[in-house]
Amino acid sequence: MSGFDIKQGVSLYSYQEEYFLGQKSLEDLIAVSAEMGACGIEVISEQTFADYPNPLPASTYDAWHALMAKYGTTPVCHDFMLDYKKYKDRPMPFEEQVASCKIDIDHAARLGCAYARSLVSVAPEVLVACADHAESRNVRILVEVHAPLHFDHPWIIRHAEAFEKSGSDYLGFLPDMGMFLFRFPRVWKEKFLRDGVPQPIADYIEQAYEDRVLSEYVMLEVEKMGGTGPAMAMAATLRHNAAFEPKRMLDFMGRIWNIHGKFYEMTDDGIEYSIPYDEIFRVLKKGGYKGYVCSEYEGNRWIQDAFPVDSIEQVRRQQEMFRKLIAEPALAQPTLV
Amino acid sequence: MFDKYMICEDGFENVIEGGQVVGFAFLARLPYYRGIGFSMIEDVAVTVDGEAVPRDAVRVTKNGRSWTLDEMETEYTERWNFGEKVRIVIVKEGGLAPGLHKLALAERIRVSYLPFVPTTRDGKELEIVA
Repeated sequence: MSGFDIKQGVSLYSYQEEYFLGQKSLEDLIAVSAEMGACGIEVISEQTFADYPNPLPASTYDAWHALMAKYGTTPVCHDFMLDYKKYKDRPMPFEEQVASCKIDIDHAARLGCAYARSLVSVAPEVLVACADHAESRNVRILVEVHAPLHFDHPWIIRHAEAFEKSGSDYLGFLPDMGMFLFRFPRVWKEKFLRDGVPQPIADYIEQAYEDRVLSEYVMLEVEKMGGTGPAMAMAATLRHNAAFEPKRMLDFMGRIWNIHGKFYEMTDDGIEYSIPYDEIFRVLKKGGYKGYVCSEYEGNRWIQDAFPVDSIEQVRRQQEMFRKLIAEPALAQPTLV
Repeated sequence: MFDKYMICEDGFENVIEGGQVVGFAFLARLPYYRGIGFSMIEDVAVTVDGEAVPRDAVRVTKNGRSWTLDEMETEYTERWNFGEKVRIVIVKEGGLAPGLHKLALAERIRVSYLPFVPTTRDGKELEIVA
């Protein structure tokens, strides 16, 4: 085992509910993150900074750095979007896509982020064309490997090949741990039940996921069971999610420099209901991972229709789990409830 | 996501210009985890008391400016920010009668990385105060 250095961070995406509703300010979120030990900060700038990617005033950057200094936090990653469907009647030309990415690279540099996250749908050629610019700003571009894509998917392999061919050390990967969805999240199932999915169909889909049945078969079966609207939507989640193997990250560890700690529900027992973080951390340690794991809470959208959302408590629980998993590798592994 | 927050509880009122009631307005938010440029907002469909408002009667207003939905499609700078309450004005002579009205909203946005164009809906009963 080569030495590992796993650091705790948080994507402000996690707190989207409270930020959307204006219940918490940016400073509130940085303060609470620092307090819980999530000292690396990742940001979706189009969420956090109004009007971005239009130019932001210098005062926005000054305020950002003042917050980082005040709370002892470190900027880690700016997640960019590249809206290549900006024009309804035509695709965005290649050169314009490259220019757009360069704006994001410059912005990441001004925030002090070592990384800029690219979405998985962006073509590898666009990122390769940005590599020299990224190097000049000392910002590494990381393509997010997110379900339903995974490390064995030909689209990701194309990225890996393009990165290797470029010879650049400024192109890499940012895996989202949601691709290791070992159980059907119960917050999803409960939401679909509230939306009107009949209990037998919901039970069947959950069991079929447990049994790793191919999504197409599940969808056909649900159709035969008389499933409509929400039942078909629940079945369709199996097309977009899967229990891929955490160990598949090992072949790519040389270019994995940041990680999204996606989660849907931290239980009262302090474990994630559906994503096997014990196994994930074993793999990261085995691979000698050096970098942040940033909490990315995405449970709010599954409960907000019926329950109050407490993103901060959810992130706090996940950070506590991270701390244990980093520090106590020999400890008995938490088991799924 | 954020479906139930799309129509805001505040800001539902008739719009008066030059002493005439020329329409009604309400505040709306996008059901999305980031802001998005106007050109990617394909539809802001409004129904009031079961009656669909014609597309060309919808105005999206911000910072003292106003856009029709067709004009928005080629507006490449202005953005509807995350969580931002934008004032939607419906051109309708006489506006709405005082009292409760059922308002329905369907927003369709073109998100580059999604393999579909999502439409998200909200409905609320709100009151026009006399």
